[in-house]
Amino acid sequence: MLEAGQRVRVRDDWPETRGPCHIRTPHYLRGEIGTVERHLGDFPNPEDLAFARPAPAKALYHVRFDLPMHWPEGRAGDALVVEIFEHWLEAA
Amino acid sequence: MSLLETPSGKLLDAISALLAAKGIAAPDEIAERIRITDQASPARGAQMVARAWTEPEFRAQMLANGTLAAESMGIPMRGLPPLGVLEDTAEVHHVVVCTLCSCYPRAVLGYPPFWFKSAAYRSRAVRDPRGLIAEWGTVLPDSVKLRVVDSTADYRWMVLPLRPEGTEGWSVEQLAALVDEGDMIGVTIPTRG
Repeated sequence: MLEAGQRVRVRDDWPETRGPCHIRTPHYLRGEIGTVERHLGDFPNPEDLAFARPAPAKALYHVRFDLPMHWPEGRAGDALVVEIFEHWLEAA
Repeated sequence: MSLLETPSGKLLDAISALLAAKGIAAPDEIAERIRITDQASPARGAQMVARAWTEPEFRAQMLANGTLAAESMGIPMRGLPPLGVLEDTAEVHHVVVCTLCSCYPRAVLGYPPFWFKSAAYRSRAVRDPRGLIAEWGTVLPDSVKLRVVDSTADYRWMVLPLRPEGTEGWSVEQLAALVDEGDMIGVTIPTRG
């Protein structure tokens, strides 16, 4: 279980290059470092649900990513807040 | 004829028949869901916002559990993803986007506006959110921090905007009339009009 305030990195993984898949981790966040805001609950893994496989519940977190990120337009102090499943997060 | 050229009614019939044949969803369940979705509109979300502006207890419940708050107002939420409510303050403004597709709190806001599903909105919301909402005339002071909430998974998010100044003593109905879908997505801010 991750704690609020913990620094995490989104796994720099690209399952879509290995075959058919369904993932809820946006491209623009892979490999990025953010901060856990809170645990939103546990939800059946959409990566399994999409293929009608048994889908164990996975912890879902709101993770904050401070702007600016990749792009020049972002303003310091602003942030993106994104739902990320625990199995996509690693310690940073 | 390609799939894209097939009349949508025929496609719906074919998918409904397949879902029924496989025991996934009966035609009357699908019809019920379509009926419920068709009934939803931003007026529902606006009523929740206006009530939150006038009733501190309801506001607290709405922020803690949007689904329960919606149900307490008679909005059908059964079987839907949890509703999360994002509280704007004098220091923080929220904008909602779904960069992956078009996740939207349909039960309380109805069908998403066409632009919410566009590639332009979805990409610019994370790249240049202040520039994006400026196209609606929404310019945040430097003292206000912007939080863009990318709705990627199991929640559906709506914004609880700030109550406009000069509306003291207004009724819930008068207040609800000030709030539209853009205010609850966060691209605009309700004003006294």
